[in-house]
Amino acid sequence: MTDTPKAKTEFRWTRKDLLSVEELSREEIELILQTAESFKEVSSREVKKVPALRGKTVANLFFESSTRTRTSFELAAKRLSADLVNFSSSASSTSKGESLSDTAKNIEAMNVDTIVMRHSSSGSAEYLAKKLKVGVINAGDGIHEHPTQGLLDIFTIREKKKSLEGVRVCLVGDILHSRVARSNIWGLLKLGAKVTVCGPPTLIPAKIEQLGVEVSYDLDKVIKDQDVLNILRIQLERQKGAFFPSIREYAAEYGISKERMLKAKKDVIIMHPGPINRGVELAAEVADGPQSVILDQVTNGVAVRMAVLFHTTMVER
Amino acid sequence: MNKLVLDSPSIERAATRMAHEILEKNNGVDGLCLIGIQTRGVILAQRLEKIIEKISHAKVPIGILDINLYRDDLTKVAEQPIIHKTEINFDLDNKIVVLVDDVLYTGRTIRSALDAIVDFGRPKRIELAVLIDRGHRELPIRADFVGKNIPTSDNEIVHVHFTETDKVEEVVVAQK
Amino acid sequence: MKILIKGGHVVDPKNKIDDVLDVFIENGKIKKIAKSITEKADKEINAKGKIVCPGLIDVHVHLRQPGYEYKENIESGLRAAVKGGFTGVCPMPNTNPVADRRSDMEFMIGEARRLSLINLWPVGAVTLKQEGKELTEFGELKKGGAMALSDDGRPITDSSILRRALEYSKKFDLVLMVHCQDEALFCGGCMNEGFVSTKLGVPGIPVEAESVEVARDIQLADLTGARLHFCHISSKKSLDLIRQAKAQGSKVTAETCPHYFHLTDEAVLRYNSNAKMNPPLRTSLDVDAVKKSLKDGTVDAISTDHAPHSESEKDSEFDHAPFGIIGLETSLALSLRLVEEKVLSLSELVRKMSLAPAEILKVDRGHLSEGAVADVTIFDPNVEWIVDKNKFESKSKNSPFIGWKVKGRATEVICDGRIVMKDGEIV
Repeated sequence: MTDTPKAKTEFRWTRKDLLSVEELSREEIELILQTAESFKEVSSREVKKVPALRGKTVANLFFESSTRTRTSFELAAKRLSADLVNFSSSASSTSKGESLSDTAKNIEAMNVDTIVMRHSSSGSAEYLAKKLKVGVINAGDGIHEHPTQGLLDIFTIREKKKSLEGVRVCLVGDILHSRVARSNIWGLLKLGAKVTVCGPPTLIPAKIEQLGVEVSYDLDKVIKDQDVLNILRIQLERQKGAFFPSIREYAAEYGISKERMLKAKKDVIIMHPGPINRGVELAAEVADGPQSVILDQVTNGVAVRMAVLFHTTMVER
Repeated sequence: MNKLVLDSPSIERAATRMAHEILEKNNGVDGLCLIGIQTRGVILAQRLEKIIEKISHAKVPIGILDINLYRDDLTKVAEQPIIHKTEINFDLDNKIVVLVDDVLYTGRTIRSALDAIVDFGRPKRIELAVLIDRGHRELPIRADFVGKNIPTSDNEIVHVHFTETDKVEEVVVAQK
Repeated sequence: MKILIKGGHVVDPKNKIDDVLDVFIENGKIKKIAKSITEKADKEINAKGKIVCPGLIDVHVHLRQPGYEYKENIESGLRAAVKGGFTGVCPMPNTNPVADRRSDMEFMIGEARRLSLINLWPVGAVTLKQEGKELTEFGELKKGGAMALSDDGRPITDSSILRRALEYSKKFDLVLMVHCQDEALFCGGCMNEGFVSTKLGVPGIPVEAESVEVARDIQLADLTGARLHFCHISSKKSLDLIRQAKAQGSKVTAETCPHYFHLTDEAVLRYNSNAKMNPPLRTSLDVDAVKKSLKDGTVDAISTDHAPHSESEKDSEFDHAPFGIIGLETSLALSLRLVEEKVLSLSELVRKMSLAPAEILKVDRGHLSEGAVADVTIFDPNVEWIVDKNKFESKSKNSPFIGWKVKGRATEVICDGRIVMKDGEIV
């Protein structure tokens, strides 16, 4: 082991930040997925911990509440033996009028190595990364991207379907306000999947077809061709602008019901980034059914975030 | 100049001898398991497993260990290591674990491997098998089974090549 | 005081002058324009190789005083204007408090007089506090020196208020400048709605947020017969409507700004807050339409919408950053590119930056007729320079053109017969 030279052809990671899936090359995505596979094993051990990031400090800086993503990052950091601190928006000083860059610079001054940030402004992660020497992991910036969610979705699809090449994935629901959709689209297209976005016309963003996806308003028409249905959460709090008349009509047109599942391929897999509005975008029987990989997504999320934290934190600053 | 120290038949002979020694020391295959260190330690472990099966007509469990996450210089290396799979699909409690690697040098890899193994369970005993012991230890670690001792200087590198990974089968000493 | 400008290329669209001539100024007035004037002057300016034209006028700036002096004040704003070659600017009333009273006009004009740089022609608010509810006292504003009326920065959403404002403005012959923006379609947007906004996840503003109001305002201009001027038009759709309206005899005028014929929404990529303005940068289709409209006369004037914001305001999350960029010091050079690209002749360009703005304001400027007030700009059309953030006279640095290599720069500015800038230095 000691003397064997490393294969020169292997791809190396050089980013201190993970800001979007858009910026990643196919090789970078594949490296993360490969490392995540190794890390998935760690989480299945009796002792779920490796000393890889011992002595490193990761700060969770969440300006929007998200128990799930925050916890997933927390577990990922801890399983790599990093120390982790949580700054939540209520506890932080932004409520006192401090600017984002000042808040982050203060955290940086405490010698953390990596900041994991969720923020309501699109581009906020990139903005911060430009200001700071420490690494910045985007845990969701406005309606722009949620790269680790995109990567864990892709990881899960690859796990179930072996390869992404030619796999047909349909993102269903509120595409307009979905950072998950954007990260999925970039990653899936880079790995050769065919992507359809399907939702009410009011929730399809302008010119999205220019990204290379198909657009459909009719789920019943496209469902039969899909290998993967990634159901986006309807954010009830974002629907004030009269994007659709009622939850009932939304569920009738775009909800994945038992009946609608009969039109889908037998081996279709059902994904959802959570938390689920049961009975709205997804029927309970489908969410808990045999085709659902929703809990695998959660498990894989920790592994993918471990891989992201590992690679970015290990980059020389 | 590369100096050939083991050719293909000598590697095979060394492995066979090591397999015999492992069985002899541990009184057969009872409670025995092999864990190869990525990547060439894994190949050597697979070969030892086959030879042991031939001799004793019994299968021993074999595991794969990637020690990169346990390295003490992990955050100092210039190039990020690729993290390969670790696969130990059996219980290590009360087992006799034979840790297998290609070259024993400073001992730091083995230190990392020991840390990793204890995260998986509490073996009864851990033994170490290496194809080449080249000296220059920096930690109090010694091998139980050695294919060949090769005295080297610090400015030399020992290359172990296996057909599976390198297309050729040889051990050479090269200048750094 | 007598000034003789020797050997410059004089461009005066009104008098159809486009030739190498000398200009003689006496007692604040243009005395004579001719070849080889030999009269004795107190000051002689060698304008060889330079363009001598009527003083440039910008009908749309924000000088931020009172209320936002950390962004700009009348002094720094007027100095920036002089650097840019302007002899007259019209500050919009969205100060704090809003310039909606006669005393606000008098304050601004008083400041400008004290500074003795160039003309400050204030724009009074159309409605009290720019709230779009109650009309201001147009007569009082005019007595205080208001040269136009506008609620710029905010649209007048209530069509009946706008109708009454237009009707009432006729009594005072004040032009009403409208910022066209359908608030409901605008809907909290931060940039042009399109592929780039979709990619960036930034709330978009559709082109129609502008063009829907342009359509309405043309109708109201026709209904009332008042003079209506469209501020900072950014899109092809709006321009098509204005072109059609003009062809059918509507009394409307329009301005655009250099950023709308130089930049597209791609400038926003990487969340560049210095490319965030309202109306937003559009697409290349719109840029082409803006150029075409400058050429065919749909757009009468080039303004800057000079909108200073401090660095710390712009240095924030994209959606939190304020709209607007500065423009006074880059406008001439950026507009001269239109001449290089053969979109406009030099004379047409000078018209859009001097005579046309004067006509919109109905102020007797923008020409070099004998006996006219001597507001003159001299610029070197060939000097190349790099837009340097540290060299702005403006207090603010929010320009998307920083680092651009541009050509053409004002060297002398004469206002009311006074030399305000000489050899590129403010006197």
